[in-house]
Amino acid sequence: MSLAKNIPNPLREKYPEEVQAIFDKYPVKRSAVMPLLYLAQREGGYITKEGMADIASMLDLDVTQVASIVGFYTLYHDEKAGKYRMQVCNDLPCALRGADQFLESLCQNLGIQVGETTPDGLVTLEAVTCLAACDKAPMFQLQEGDKLTYYENMSVDRTLELVTALKAIGPQGTYGGEAK
Amino acid sequence: MSYILLRHRDIPNIKDIEVYAKHGGFESLKKVVTSMQSQQVVDEVKASGLRGRGGAGFPTGVKWSFLPNNIWPHYVVCNADESEPGTFKDREIMENNPFQFLEGVAIACYGVGAAEGYVYLRGEFKQLQVFLDECILQMHAAGLLGDNLFGSSYSLKIKTHLGAGAYICGEETALLESIEGKRGQPRVRPPFPAVVGLYGKPTVINNVETLTNLPQIIEKGAGWYKGLGTDKSAGVKIFSLSGNINNPGNYELPLGTTFRELIFNYGGGIPNGHKLRAIMPAGASSSIIRIDDSTFDKVMDTKMDYENVQSVGSLLGSASVIIIDDTHSMDWVIDKTVHFFKHESCGKCTPCRDGNYWMLHIVERIHAGHGTNADLLLLKNVANQVNGKCLCALGDFSTMAVTSALERFPEDFAAICPDASAGVHSTLKA
Ligand SMILES: Cc1cc2nc3c(=O)[nH]c(=O)nc-3n(C[C@H](O)[C@H](O)[C@H](O)COP(=O)(O)O)c2cc1C
Ligand code: SF4
Ligand code: FES
Repeated sequence: MSLAKNIPNPLREKYPEEVQAIFDKYPVKRSAVMPLLYLAQREGGYITKEGMADIASMLDLDVTQVASIVGFYTLYHDEKAGKYRMQVCNDLPCALRGADQFLESLCQNLGIQVGETTPDGLVTLEAVTCLAACDKAPMFQLQEGDKLTYYENMSVDRTLELVTALKAIGPQGTYGGEAK
Repeated sequence: MSYILLRHRDIPNIKDIEVYAKHGGFESLKKVVTSMQSQQVVDEVKASGLRGRGGAGFPTGVKWSFLPNNIWPHYVVCNADESEPGTFKDREIMENNPFQFLEGVAIACYGVGAAEGYVYLRGEFKQLQVFLDECILQMHAAGLLGDNLFGSSYSLKIKTHLGAGAYICGEETALLESIEGKRGQPRVRPPFPAVVGLYGKPTVINNVETLTNLPQIIEKGAGWYKGLGTDKSAGVKIFSLSGNINNPGNYELPLGTTFRELIFNYGGGIPNGHKLRAIMPAGASSSIIRIDDSTFDKVMDTKMDYENVQSVGSLLGSASVIIIDDTHSMDWVIDKTVHFFKHESCGKCTPCRDGNYWMLHIVERIHAGHGTNADLLLLKNVANQVNGKCLCALGDFSTMAVTSALERFPEDFAAICPDASAGVHSTLKA
């Protein structure tokens, strides 16, 4: 705790209004941890050790407490991955409608395995559990920083078109596109 | 019959606050705040027979009456975590009929004397959070939330809180931990949330669909709602239909509708000429119902309500009906469900954490064709050691599909475990 206290608060400097709004929202300070983690993840797509220390110091928590929250929830990441995480649902209801074959075909077309990132560092392909869209399989969500977009009733072709569009934007731009 | 919950299917622009208001929206909130005591609201909800739509089917008005009158403040927390595989109804409600949902949250708050309501959304509903926050602002601007509602002394705020990907946060005490900024791990009970809930205060937790019923119950009366559905399972329910079915989707139907009507009339039957082989009526947490020539009619004529689904060896739960055709084998099905539960176990208690670890290893071995009869017995044994011995219901849920698959579909396992003879069924039962 004491260690964390000495470091500056880059999150507060970077997003002053949003941080203040988060603090104003809850009667107990600690409740701010989840929204603050999303904010910390906005730019790089993952939360650095410094980012966790920053949040810990704002909330009077130990860095390990913050790290344990990052580790517990699947939408927080503590390691760099592709700019976009393409998270395909292959849970039972989607799998009954061909999600495993869809995922397999994406792997082949992108030349990567589940969990890997395309060589240009843009797309990490992941398999996830039910996303409450089982009637619209095959489907996936695209996570980019703190943004999430659903893509439903997808075909392999349309997914590859999306990947092409992401590549055209390149590593600097932001997609944040509308769901199709 | 016109829709009670999925009203956007009758009134396409109902997500527009003015359209909602034009169709009687917010009249119920006004009615309770300006002309009813809190206790009268609780009594009305009790009389309606409304039961929780999140899975357990607990009577809503009764739940509200557990809050003590000498500890304040009270909170209402709406469970919008919707993560059970096969469930996608709350999302359709919130995306399309948001004001009826929020009016329901507000009525619940008034009913239990809460000045603050929280809506806990699963992390994947990020865009929905942005949308609901806008709706909440519009309600403030229209004087439907905020201080001194309708000139009364009652003031109310509704806030959204976004999770970050964890099925267990749908369990109500894990959900409270998550709002409090902790890992989402269930609390030991007692004390129950009705007494020690959010921030240590008395709290009611209700599902999205449960609360969305309230404006119509207040408008049309408890007697009207009680008249829908069956005697013990009043009202309508949204059935999320998924898997091997021609028309997957949400169907709002009276409780007590039969499986036959849902699957064949509304769902359009099984695609590609295949046969119906199994039903999981409560998502991945279900015991699997076996369908064959000898059981077909009995199951099809079974009413889907909180009482009758038990008679065919399962439960209604959140009514996420997963349909499985005869091209799928049960070792594959439980490989999927155990993967899910192993991934989602929060790790707090040993039977669930370690049991699911081992169940996954054994099921993978069996599914890969390397299993033996001893593996089948071991799997059954581990499931028995988990069931009933855990801190929360997730542990029990994780064993339902496994145990029922082994018992009801012995031929699937005999086919891939070389030394499991035709006698596998009796061996397993021994
Ligand atoms: C592992 C687990 C997951 C659950 N997930 C949900 C969920 O996603 N949504 C929900 O409303 N209830 C869920 N529940 C049930 C809740 O704990 C709680 O009973 C419910 O929200 C109460 O609301 P109701 O009375 O209106 O049904 C879950 C329970 C368990 C044990
Ligand atoms: S049963 Fe499983 S999910 Fe529930 S508290 Fe125990 S480990 Fe956690
Ligand atoms: S199983 Fe894929 S969204 Fe539900």
